[in-house]
Amino acid sequence: MAKIKDRAPGTAGSGLNDDIGEEKRLAMYRTQVVIREAEQRAFDLFLQNLVKGTSHLSLGQEAVAAGFAGAMRKGDLSFCTYRGHAHTLARGVSVEKVLGELMQRDNGLMRGKGGSMHLTSVDHGVMGSYAIIGAHLPIACGAAWRAQYKGDKDVSVCFFGDGTTNIGAFHEALNFAAVWKLPVIFVCENNLYMEYTPIADVTAVEHPAADRAGSYGLDRIVIDGNDADVVYRTAQAAYDKARAGGGPSLIECMTYRHSGHSRADPAKYRPEGELERWKQRDPIKIYRERLLQFGVSEKTMADIDAEVRKIVDDATEACKAAPPPPADIITTDVYADGGWAWRN
Amino acid sequence: MAELTYRDAVIRGIAQEMERDPDVVFLGEDVAKPGGVFKATVGLFEMFGPLRVRDTPISEQAILGAAMGAAMTGLKPIAEIMFSDFIAVCFDYIANEFPKSRYMSNGQVKCPLVVRTGNGGGARFGAQHSQSVENWCMMIPGLKVVAPSNPADVIGLLAASVRDPDPVIFFEHKSLYATKGEVPDGEIVDKLGTAKIVRPGKDATILALALMVPRALEAAETLKSEHGIDCEVVDVRSLVPLDTQTILGSVARTHRLFTVEENPRLCGWGAEIMSIAADEAFYDLDGPPVRITTPHIPLPAADNLEDIVLPTPARIAETVRRSLGS
Repeated sequence: MAKIKDRAPGTAGSGLNDDIGEEKRLAMYRTQVVIREAEQRAFDLFLQNLVKGTSHLSLGQEAVAAGFAGAMRKGDLSFCTYRGHAHTLARGVSVEKVLGELMQRDNGLMRGKGGSMHLTSVDHGVMGSYAIIGAHLPIACGAAWRAQYKGDKDVSVCFFGDGTTNIGAFHEALNFAAVWKLPVIFVCENNLYMEYTPIADVTAVEHPAADRAGSYGLDRIVIDGNDADVVYRTAQAAYDKARAGGGPSLIECMTYRHSGHSRADPAKYRPEGELERWKQRDPIKIYRERLLQFGVSEKTMADIDAEVRKIVDDATEACKAAPPPPADIITTDVYADGGWAWRN
Repeated sequence: MAELTYRDAVIRGIAQEMERDPDVVFLGEDVAKPGGVFKATVGLFEMFGPLRVRDTPISEQAILGAAMGAAMTGLKPIAEIMFSDFIAVCFDYIANEFPKSRYMSNGQVKCPLVVRTGNGGGARFGAQHSQSVENWCMMIPGLKVVAPSNPADVIGLLAASVRDPDPVIFFEHKSLYATKGEVPDGEIVDKLGTAKIVRPGKDATILALALMVPRALEAAETLKSEHGIDCEVVDVRSLVPLDTQTILGSVARTHRLFTVEENPRLCGWGAEIMSIAADEAFYDLDGPPVRITTPHIPLPAADNLEDIVLPTPARIAETVRRSLGS
């Protein structure tokens, strides 16, 4: 127990009602459970062939999403990758909308027009999930530029995997954001694998994001991405700095995905025992133990677990009952007039 | 009325829109303090200040990505890609991001931005700084594609592009920057998706874009004076939206169709128009429609070689004359 507590940095983390507080902690616990249950359900629905196309799960990476979203204010913007279900759910988008999109039903977040890799909910500040590696780092810079130009106080938070650190757009965006001092936070979820290849095999430095930070005049930040409190505090500090005009941050979160890269990947490339070791460091397990230690009752958490499971069960049934999208939306919203006309 | 260069029309067009709307911002390489490598943005930095007119690093992906993020969240950015050939290094935004975000999000995401870029040959810059790449963009659903041929159209179509709610790729022709034309006083706002008959005629329709418009006009004069062939020249102006009514209306009157394209042969914009004409105007045609293009080669740098490959007034006139059998 003491060992787990030690993972939280700073002296403030000494009890339930410290700088984070009970309400926020219970909310972050719930967010992690929502992600865990929804992602596990998505996996189960694959096996029943009810989730179609591809899908990239964040099982094991829940604390990153919960911590960064937990520290956001309304109006802050999230830019995600194709592994974006977690970040979308963490902003409060309903499980039914997300599962509906994965199941390509009319009740999906984008009515089946985007699919698993492109979850977007502008009303929740989820400005899109981008499936071309690196593309959204410059886009997040642009949203941050708007905030800077208009004097808005929101921050743009851009999530990506370790593999993204080796593509050009990553480096262009980091330099651009640093030179323009933009209120943008770059969050690398280092889950040790770029698709099927260990990131260490293809990267010149040990920490693919943080070890590049110095090139752009930024601090080197590597954190335990499986501890929601650590993530939350790191996010808060970065957001405060950005809102105060202090410019961008690059944060590397060490984490691990419990499933393969995508639906098609059984992840046989992992060394024996690695998954089991990381499961000992399961973010939800860590957080439960922390909350118990801080005096939160088993029942409180069991109630949250049950409430979430019901939401996921109900969402699953609603999605199964939902019709597929109608063919008349095939040609809508290509252009801003709502249609697709390219000629008169 | 005032006589203005195409280059100065770019400056006036941007200034007109920045003056009108404080959400219009402008970014690119060397565009602010240096005034642009083609001197087509001189004075904007002084007029609108460092917050609205911004020099960027040589980072085309960052430029277009930032323009998109700003557009999604409320600004109306104009981004410059110095040479249109460089679109290849940031094509992800052109092909995957701008045009698909609205569709994939089921209408949630907007992307009202303009990418201005120096297009086309004639400057002896060789194969990587001379291409006409409007057809690269024409093929992507979700984009609008505009290419003005004269100063008045530069201002009017640029204004229309900035005010348009969709992403617009705006091709300025490098070899037209120094050309002059009459421009009306006051605000000019044109309409995208409108072709213009720039020379009426009854014997053949010649469609052209950008630098090919003055060349087609010159060819039409030669054909008239030397061979008595009266050509109608249509400035296509906007590839997407495409004004097929004006184009097919002209073909219905002249019964002959020619396109003059600076892009290399395969999949040039004229091929699509020929396909439309074959489908919809076949019985209006009295002879095979003919494409006059740059051959399917990378462009050579040497002036005498480049002059051979780009369609010239002489080649246009000769092709039309032979096709019409005069």
